[in-house]
Amino acid sequence: MILLALPIVIPLATAIVLSLLGQRPAVSRAVAFAGAVAIFGAAVAVLARVEAHGIQVLQIGSWPAPFGITLVADVFSAMLVLMVGIIGMVVTGHSFSGVDPRREKFGYHSLLHILLMGVSGAFLTGDIFNLYVWFEVMLIASFVLMALYRTGTQLRAAFTYVTLNLLASALLLTAIGLLYGQAGTLNFADLAQVWPQRQTPALDEAIAMLFVIAFGIKAGLFPLFFWLPASYHAPPAAIGALFAGLLTKVGVYALIRVFTLLFRNAAGGMYSVILVLSVTTMVVGMTAAVGQRDFRRVLSFNLVGHIGFTTVGLALSTPFAVAASIFYMLHHMVVITSLFLVSGLFLRLRRTTDLAALGGLYRTHPATAVLTMIPIFSLAGVPPLSGFIAKLAIIEASLEIDYYWLAAVVLAVSLLTLLSMARLWSDAFWKPAPPGATDARLGPAMLASIAVLAAVTLGLTFAAEPVFSLCSRAAEQLLHPDEYVRAVLGGG
Amino acid sequence: MELLLALVAGVLYATGLYLMLRRRLTQLIVGLSLLASGSNVLIFTAAGLTRGKPPLIAAGTPGPFADPVPQSLILTAIVIGFGVLAFSLVLAHRVHRTAATDDIDAIGSEQT
Repeated sequence: MILLALPIVIPLATAIVLSLLGQRPAVSRAVAFAGAVAIFGAAVAVLARVEAHGIQVLQIGSWPAPFGITLVADVFSAMLVLMVGIIGMVVTGHSFSGVDPRREKFGYHSLLHILLMGVSGAFLTGDIFNLYVWFEVMLIASFVLMALYRTGTQLRAAFTYVTLNLLASALLLTAIGLLYGQAGTLNFADLAQVWPQRQTPALDEAIAMLFVIAFGIKAGLFPLFFWLPASYHAPPAAIGALFAGLLTKVGVYALIRVFTLLFRNAAGGMYSVILVLSVTTMVVGMTAAVGQRDFRRVLSFNLVGHIGFTTVGLALSTPFAVAASIFYMLHHMVVITSLFLVSGLFLRLRRTTDLAALGGLYRTHPATAVLTMIPIFSLAGVPPLSGFIAKLAIIEASLEIDYYWLAAVVLAVSLLTLLSMARLWSDAFWKPAPPGATDARLGPAMLASIAVLAAVTLGLTFAAEPVFSLCSRAAEQLLHPDEYVRAVLGGG
Repeated sequence: MELLLALVAGVLYATGLYLMLRRRLTQLIVGLSLLASGSNVLIFTAAGLTRGKPPLIAAGTPGPFADPVPQSLILTAIVIGFGVLAFSLVLAHRVHRTAATDDIDAIGSEQT
């Protein structure tokens, strides 16, 4: 179905038009925003189609699978592509007043669309080598976005980011090479069939661990996350928000996709490794977050800590746990993006995100403060917001299979999140402004983008029931890949 | 032949990782490109070697043929690797110009 190509073709076309337009800021902004809205529209259409008619497949150039390039959308992919649309739209809108004109002249908007193309491509591809190629598309765009007009410390952050991601890519390529040597195919659906029936299975653990390390670096799993807080606080808020909301989640997506398709019947050892890594990520990330004194560093460590929540469902591998993790992923994408955008407000208002220099904003900007409460308290898991529902689902999933210790850890980590968010809120808004603080004006686009994401958070809260049932369907499809295989390869 | 190529891949990985652990920018970049070459050799070897046979044959031609998939994978990986290498060289040049040093630990250490 040709619709599936749209989330990839639209940003590509937008990026090309934008680079042809050259330096016309007003026109560029309009085109960039229109492109993002079009991606959103296409994503809604894809999700509606998948919801109504099951898994959708597009064989590019009509080459039959497993020989050609295949695009596949199951419920999981379709929901994530929808998030790409939403986040792309909001971040483009936010950068109207949040990015300095020098960057905008240098092709900021077209790079942003290339990044969106890479992310949508990674979510939609049905072929593991293609996944690698989309990872590279996304990385190159993110490298340039990160390194545009940098100085000293920030260049160092960019260099750390580039090196670690290139290392992850090399490991991913190694894993793919070994996988091909074993299976002789790269198509996900074909792999799912061929992999368990190999004559001489070998290197399973090595390949699985290479995937865990490669995707773990990208997702920010313990102990591979150290590059993330070192680099995510450096770029402008809009770029940080885009990276935080989308890039790490692509790593989580790839981990879930590869493990549910390839290693679903593997010995328990690999899943225990993922479980231990997830739990450690939660604990270490959130403990570190409590000790931070800079808004964006607090957020970066929160981002790391909460990645653990999204992979723990994969480790438990029950339908309910996977559904809970998917719901957590959706919730976290929205909330962390909006919080990074909020850090853009602080940068605009006070030229810093150091918590010591913030404060007093509740008095001067009451509407903004109330708006910001929604993502902050949702991340903290205050009922009835989406974060509460997501955490409750994870805890229920661990109780369901008698992992009481896991439920206890999740509860403890949630308390740490609450502590770190409460401190964030009181330091940034409640406490009196430090002497000599002057406030700049806020652009309407910045506030509007945060308001839209707050509305999406509330939407996830009030529509939790239908969204969660979608997540359950996505989990069903992931854990029983027969439908996926049938849709791609056809026949029985 | 497999053994020889396996050893080559191993040596490339080892040298690449060793160079990445050094503190100089240029060595880091050379290390990254060696690592990429190592994975290319590994794909080639892991997929099975066929000597002296074409990958594309006319329909109905009997006999063994070389697997075209690893060749196209490596070609793609080389192109991507080339682009990434060019970008990291430019970035390293910029870092070097701003920080006036080749020592990674010294870059940006004035404010951490």
